[in-house]
Amino acid sequence: MDTFLSYIYAFLVGGIICVIAQILIDKTKLSPARILVIYVCAGVLLTGIGIYQPLVDFAGGGATTPLTGFGYSIAKGVRKAVDEKGLLGALTGGLTATSAGIAAAIIFGFIASLIFSSKPKR
Amino acid sequence: MDKSSYSDYVKKKAKKSPIARDCIFAFIIGGAICTLGHSLRQLYTYLTGDEEITSSLVCTTLIFLSVLLTGLGIYDKIASKAGAGTIVPITGFANAVSSAAIDNKSEGYVLGVGAKMFIIAGPVIVFGMLSGAIYGVIYYITSLFA
Amino acid sequence: MNNGVIKFLQEPKIMSTYSCVGSEEKKGPLGMLFNYYSEDNKFGKETWEKSESEMQRIALFGAMQNAGIKDTGLDILLAGDLLNQCVGSSFGLSDYDIPYVGLYGACSTCALGLALGACLISGGMAERVGTVTSSHFCSSERQFRFPLEYGGQRPPTAQWTVTGAGAFILGNQGRVSIPEAVFGKIKDMGIKDVNNMGAAMAPSCVETIKTYFRETDHSPEDFDMIITGDLGYEGSEILKELLLSEGIDIRENHTDCGLLIYDMEAQDKHAGGSGCGCSASVISAHILKRLEACELQDVLFIGTGALMNSLTVCQGNSIPAISHLVRLKTEV
Repeated sequence: MDTFLSYIYAFLVGGIICVIAQILIDKTKLSPARILVIYVCAGVLLTGIGIYQPLVDFAGGGATTPLTGFGYSIAKGVRKAVDEKGLLGALTGGLTATSAGIAAAIIFGFIASLIFSSKPKR
Repeated sequence: MDKSSYSDYVKKKAKKSPIARDCIFAFIIGGAICTLGHSLRQLYTYLTGDEEITSSLVCTTLIFLSVLLTGLGIYDKIASKAGAGTIVPITGFANAVSSAAIDNKSEGYVLGVGAKMFIIAGPVIVFGMLSGAIYGVIYYITSLFA
Repeated sequence: MNNGVIKFLQEPKIMSTYSCVGSEEKKGPLGMLFNYYSEDNKFGKETWEKSESEMQRIALFGAMQNAGIKDTGLDILLAGDLLNQCVGSSFGLSDYDIPYVGLYGACSTCALGLALGACLISGGMAERVGTVTSSHFCSSERQFRFPLEYGGQRPPTAQWTVTGAGAFILGNQGRVSIPEAVFGKIKDMGIKDVNNMGAAMAPSCVETIKTYFRETDHSPEDFDMIITGDLGYEGSEILKELLLSEGIDIRENHTDCGLLIYDMEAQDKHAGGSGCGCSASVISAHILKRLEACELQDVLFIGTGALMNSLTVCQGNSIPAISHLVRLKTEV
């Protein structure tokens, strides 16, 4: 039962995070690129002040899948690296924690450019 | 009519985005992508039992799916309805990278694909790393006094 | 001084025309009228930029055939498009052995070409002039917005760049003539929203139309149609209201190329079509045909263009706009 509930929480929290961005896009005319930057920085900030970790514990993928979760990974990675290596960790932690995602986007993106070509929208 | 009153007039006149409809789509599709992320998380935790490996694998799987749908021309169709529901999840980041890669192929693999891959998604990494580093410095200083 | 309105003593005539479009335009309400279309929007070429150039080549070729003239039969080519440095035109028309002038007027380029061509002919500088204008959804999207596969959402005020080209041959014979033209002034009313170009362009259109009615003894009722290209839905509404507040009522006979080319409900094109291929193809395939058939006899065509590029937008500048007017008249 708990597992089932966790899916519901993931859906609700993930959905709400997206709706907040949608309202920002529709109401403020902020371009999507700016929204994404705000989201990543917000993820780092909220993790830093200790709000995001409880949200991840509560909603799992609902909190880690949105880009705020990307910020969460960066902040968590930075904290771990600072604990291990001192100040140098502030530089290395972020990319280390997100390396799989960034590398996957680059590699798969490149492979996609080999296979696919652009199509007009309908 | 001067510029500022014209701008007010235009704002009043402009057809508004159907915000209720946009939000419902963003909620459902965004929620669905996050639920998919959550199920992958459960699955990989069960298989590997390691938190770090799990989060990397979830991320990689979602990015793979997104790139595939982007290449097939499906992701942008869903996105025209879902709006933020497809922009905010990590799949939106992958879509931004791969669509730029595919689209700029006509300028070659080095100057097109390589150089322009991060033309939309780049700021996310730049500001993510920047804010991460700032947080790291603050965390380091506070830990000195702790 | 001509007070802004140029009256051609030697009235230039439109000898022939030809249009080609992409698949979305073919599906629209005017689909049957276009001379040529490409199902995959590529016109047999491998990049979108080359596809746009190919449209220009096809359009000019068709128009010259329709007029029954060969390469050497044209004195000058006036052509333009939306791509950086007008490469759509120069690459597409490089095979023709005809003196060439590249034009840039954003979406007003079709009207600009017709007006300039009319000047050259009326002034005796040329006997026959070819004008070609094009835009391509995919090449414009790449240059001005996002990659084609990028999942973005368009606000309802956004316009859709038309894949299309139109060519006109101007000369001394033909049913439709160009008796008057107005070159517009650059007008910037401080609009910065690239997703609401209609609002950015409407004030310049108001200026040009005002100039025309002030300097001639015509009133809007004298015309069967006042067609703008392309203000879209938002811009058209603003234009009609602003003109009405100046005492010029065009509500009865105004229409807009961007509103005609797509089925606005079924094709989900938000505020309508835009791009210099929009007015070029609609005027060529639809309006000119109706003029030649005498269904319309006197039409004002006002091309409206937004003169920004992606750098000026990123730097936070507002969008200056321009509108050129040509009068199209059938001899009965």
